[in-house]
Amino acid sequence: MTSSYSESSLTRAPMSKRTLFNTAMTVLAFICGILALLPLLAVLSYVIIQGFSSLSPSIFTELPPAPLRKGGGFGNAILGTILMVGIGAFISIPFGVLGAIYLTEFSSGKIARAIRFATNILSGVPSIIAGVFAYGIVVLTLVKLNLGSYSAIGGGFALSILMLPIIVRTTDEALQLVSQDLRQASVGLGATKFQTVTQVVLPAALPAIVTGTTLAIARAAGETAPLLFTALFSPFWPNSLFKPTASLAVLVYNFAITPFKNLQSLAWAASLILVLMVLITSIIARWATRQKA
Amino acid sequence: MTTNTKNLQSAIKNRSEIEKSLDRGFIWLTRIFALAIAATLLWITIQVAIGAWPAIQQFGAGFLAQSSWNPVNNEYGVLPQVYGTLVSSFIGLLLAVPIGVGTAVLLSENFLPSKVRLVLVFLVELLAAIPSVVYGIWGIFVLVPIVTNLGKWLHSSLGFLPIFGTTPTGPGMLPAGIILAIMTLPIITAISRDALISIPPSLRQASIGLGATRWETIFQVLIPAAFSGIVSAVMLALGRAMGETMAVTMLIGNSNNISLSLLAPANTISSLLANQFSEASGLQVAALMYAALVLFVLTLIVNIFAELIVIRMKRI
Repeated sequence: MTSSYSESSLTRAPMSKRTLFNTAMTVLAFICGILALLPLLAVLSYVIIQGFSSLSPSIFTELPPAPLRKGGGFGNAILGTILMVGIGAFISIPFGVLGAIYLTEFSSGKIARAIRFATNILSGVPSIIAGVFAYGIVVLTLVKLNLGSYSAIGGGFALSILMLPIIVRTTDEALQLVSQDLRQASVGLGATKFQTVTQVVLPAALPAIVTGTTLAIARAAGETAPLLFTALFSPFWPNSLFKPTASLAVLVYNFAITPFKNLQSLAWAASLILVLMVLITSIIARWATRQKA
Repeated sequence: MTTNTKNLQSAIKNRSEIEKSLDRGFIWLTRIFALAIAATLLWITIQVAIGAWPAIQQFGAGFLAQSSWNPVNNEYGVLPQVYGTLVSSFIGLLLAVPIGVGTAVLLSENFLPSKVRLVLVFLVELLAAIPSVVYGIWGIFVLVPIVTNLGKWLHSSLGFLPIFGTTPTGPGMLPAGIILAIMTLPIITAISRDALISIPPSLRQASIGLGATRWETIFQVLIPAAFSGIVSAVMLALGRAMGETMAVTMLIGNSNNISLSLLAPANTISSLLANQFSEASGLQVAALMYAALVLFVLTLIVNIFAELIVIRMKRI
């Protein structure tokens, strides 16, 4: 008993196989962590350096230049993005919020589970499929009605499909966090279900819902694939919802693959604006949920 | 007692008909909207299938085995694109799974102070929020030159292997796979981390108490316990990788040939759609819709599997 165990028998021998394996794996885990953060730093630093050097006030007010011209901007793409994300939000926010209210407030377990399942599957639908869908629903219909074809309406509709599951999920979670006591107190005072939901539950969950919606909007603003053949692109200011419309994301795609330096630098500036938007909304959302908790 | 209550109830003013119908109407309204969310999924399927119908009639299941894509002769087959979708996703996952799970372990166990961990979790989540077109432009100007040089070296030293059998010309399967790894990594890390965190601490304590080292605990207790969560993370990442469009379109080279070499350009279904849809007409649109349907069904199967695993995990 005395010979086989040393005095400090509770510490593992530093050179035993098990200890060495343990240390090696810890090092490996840290390497994994560094490898995971490397692309983020690489992308962010490159976009910031390239983007800032081509940023200027004219970017917000001018139209894209001809390939070999200097200067120019993409005011039309900024406006187009706002327009289409606005249409998307206009469709998906009422659908998402009211649908989520049904899930948490009024539904039985089975139906809610089925709809939540469908929502999660919907959030996994590739964005380009949303584009194909919007092409079939909006673009082809507009052609049939002789109103137009590729348009802001089609782009906005495609974006709404992508925003919908995010809004449903965040609203659903926010409503579930509202304490049951509040609802009981409200009903106990004689309020109807409509009054309870609109005047007690929704206001309590509003900050979280707004946060989720903002994240959905930021996500939608960066989507490119579904806009490629629903909104297409346009070098002019948007003047009709039924005409091809420019967007920041499609501009990045179109200009990045051209061989012209000036257009490439505009693409970098547009990337910077997209990334900053995502960064700022993520940080605000993080900060807002922190405040509440 | 009962009479008392009854009296009380009659004393309280009955709710007006307007209030009642307002309530009923509101519930119905939310119900319709909720059902519409689920119906959207069905609507997408039907709409894409209707659009694809002329091509389905024309080509049938042979569409999946044909490898020509020739709008001039109206010959369409989607085999190279299916191959490219599967192989590029596979490369992406091959790189992302070990790094992602390793990062998840790092961010779930107490390797780091909790404040540092929170910041890192946030940074990894940011990786998922960057628009894919930004990854695309970064890939074109930064990643492709690096990978091309790496590929030249691989070709000259390991060129006898078919997977390095061609000289890299820039865009190709390998850079596309790497960008997919970067883009799917946050999903794998986030969901695996959730699975690891939700394991009851008593399991860890028991294992450590028996004398296991930290990594023996991780490998023999924690990872087996979180296995279904990790699998669903990988499935969700696979679904995302197969459907990813912009970054892949910008980096894969868009060549409709099947090449075993990872350094050669290739194509995916989503890239095919992104490149051709806006300029297509007639049967080509139907063929593209058919390709979209194939992609939709593939991702649907993967996502449904992942969801079912998640649901099962929550019940346990």
